[in-house]
Amino acid sequence: MAAPAVLAEQLSKTFLVAEKDPGFAGTLRHFVRRRYRRIEAVRGVSFEIAPGEVVGFLGPNGAGKTTTLKMLTGLVQPTSGRARVLGRDPYRREAALLRNLTLVMGNKQQLIWDLPVLDTLRVNAAVYEIPWAEAERRTAELAELLEIEGVLRQPVRKLSLGERMKAELLASLLHRPRVLFLDEPTLGLDVNAQLAVRRFLKAYRERYGATLLLTSHYMADIEALAERVIVIHEGRLLYDGPLGGLVERFAPFKEVRLVLARPAAAATFARYGEVEEAGGLRVRLLVEKERLTAVVAELLANFELRDLSVDEPPLEEVIGRVFAKGAV
Amino acid sequence: MRYLRLLGIFWTAAAAARMEYRAAFVVAIFASLIETAGKLFGVYLFYSSGFELGGWPWQEALLVFGFAQLVDAFFLLFFVPNLRRISEMVQDGTLDFVLLKPVDSQFWVSVQKLDPVGLPYLLLGAALLGYAGWASGLEVGGWARLAFAGTGAIFLVYALAFLLATTSIWFVKIFNVVHFLSSLIWSAQYPVQAYARPFRIFLTFVLPVYFMTTAPAELALGRAAGVAPWAMFLVALALFGFSRAFWRFALRFYTSASS
Repeated sequence: MAAPAVLAEQLSKTFLVAEKDPGFAGTLRHFVRRRYRRIEAVRGVSFEIAPGEVVGFLGPNGAGKTTTLKMLTGLVQPTSGRARVLGRDPYRREAALLRNLTLVMGNKQQLIWDLPVLDTLRVNAAVYEIPWAEAERRTAELAELLEIEGVLRQPVRKLSLGERMKAELLASLLHRPRVLFLDEPTLGLDVNAQLAVRRFLKAYRERYGATLLLTSHYMADIEALAERVIVIHEGRLLYDGPLGGLVERFAPFKEVRLVLARPAAAATFARYGEVEEAGGLRVRLLVEKERLTAVVAELLANFELRDLSVDEPPLEEVIGRVFAKGAV
Repeated sequence: MRYLRLLGIFWTAAAAARMEYRAAFVVAIFASLIETAGKLFGVYLFYSSGFELGGWPWQEALLVFGFAQLVDAFFLLFFVPNLRRISEMVQDGTLDFVLLKPVDSQFWVSVQKLDPVGLPYLLLGAALLGYAGWASGLEVGGWARLAFAGTGAIFLVYALAFLLATTSIWFVKIFNVVHFLSSLIWSAQYPVQAYARPFRIFLTFVLPVYFMTTAPAELALGRAAGVAPWAMFLVALALFGFSRAFWRFALRFYTSASS
């Protein structure tokens, strides 16, 4: 078996965070004597990612996803535990490793704000010792995949959010890293831009066999790219396995959608399952799997239906329930 | 070689970014030219009367002033913009991108920015040193020592500025240290012998003001009394070594701004 591209072994990180009371008195106290609170951002998280694998990293805000990514990229020193990327300790920041990884953050950018994207690319080409002719060839290839050939000579500040994110991806991948850490790469993008970024990441991974660890709040990103997901909550690992298994494990119900011939009160459906949507002609229910056959038979017998469909519940819903529950 | 190329790319990009806002750039250059002319006039008034300052003839004291202007020019050209940038990068977490590059991070954050507005000050510093050296009758060896000592002085101030900038890892907003460094350079405009004894001791052993301008001038002029002025290279090297170790130590406390 090939050595893992990414390894996290009992990774933990504790931060001290200053706390301040509101008002001027609180400000004075905060100035003279700071009060700190210990926050365990990540607690004993372990996983392995094989070369070429794409893994979705899920968790609500503050779950510890970004801190884990920062430990895996060597930006933050773990309080305890061990991180390895391509067999090396990322915190040592060895050039051999840094030439093979990248971190893309949806809310931060490395692009030079007042200058065209090409100027940032020139800097990165020099940093990674890519001859300019080769850098131009790679730029053309990646820009075509990202559909941003036309904006590379415009100042970054004049680009749309979507174009900036695509340019950021171009700058981050110019050196063809083998391991990509992506923290909310589609944050704030419109649907078209999200689709383009997903298509691009898929194409990049297929072309270069790269390993991806991706966090996103858009489940469509995860569904489109990842075969496996890791879920963390309050710094602890909740689930590590195939995407389908997550639904199996955390959603022991099916989604039943009805289109009624005549409107019916929402309360009428409460006995069949959890009413997610009702009123008017459309109804959406979550029904326990073991009751599904009986419930469908009853619905067909008791209501005049124009349509009935049974499906897996949306992934957002499943994840929401996992986080609400907070434990396996 | 790669670092030299990077230096070229950084500086071209920084100058291009500054020149992107044409009106602001032209006004800043104009203001720096006016200030340079004002400084030159002040120098003329102060030094043309042929007085002695702490036992230094005016043309030799002008050499000290020239070193102070040279250091100040580097301060405005590089140290101020990079000090500001380090603080900003810690504040918004973009230092992450520097730390993820296979390049010495101290090199990157030290030279990434350049403010061309400091160029007139650099020309003034070089012109003053040239004139004061000529007026003091420097010979070839003296000019060589002047160049060597000038490089040492710039190196020393860089290391001091970088040490202070590194504290932004903990204190985040430390841009005010620029004012401290500025007043340090201001107090280095005159030979330390012109100050009263307690100040002289303070400006030599507590703050390295003596080593910034007086010691280089003493070396260039051959006024060196014993090994004291040569100690500037030791001080510069020690501060530089300390700045590298301190930067590596500080990065252990870098938490990267939250997303």
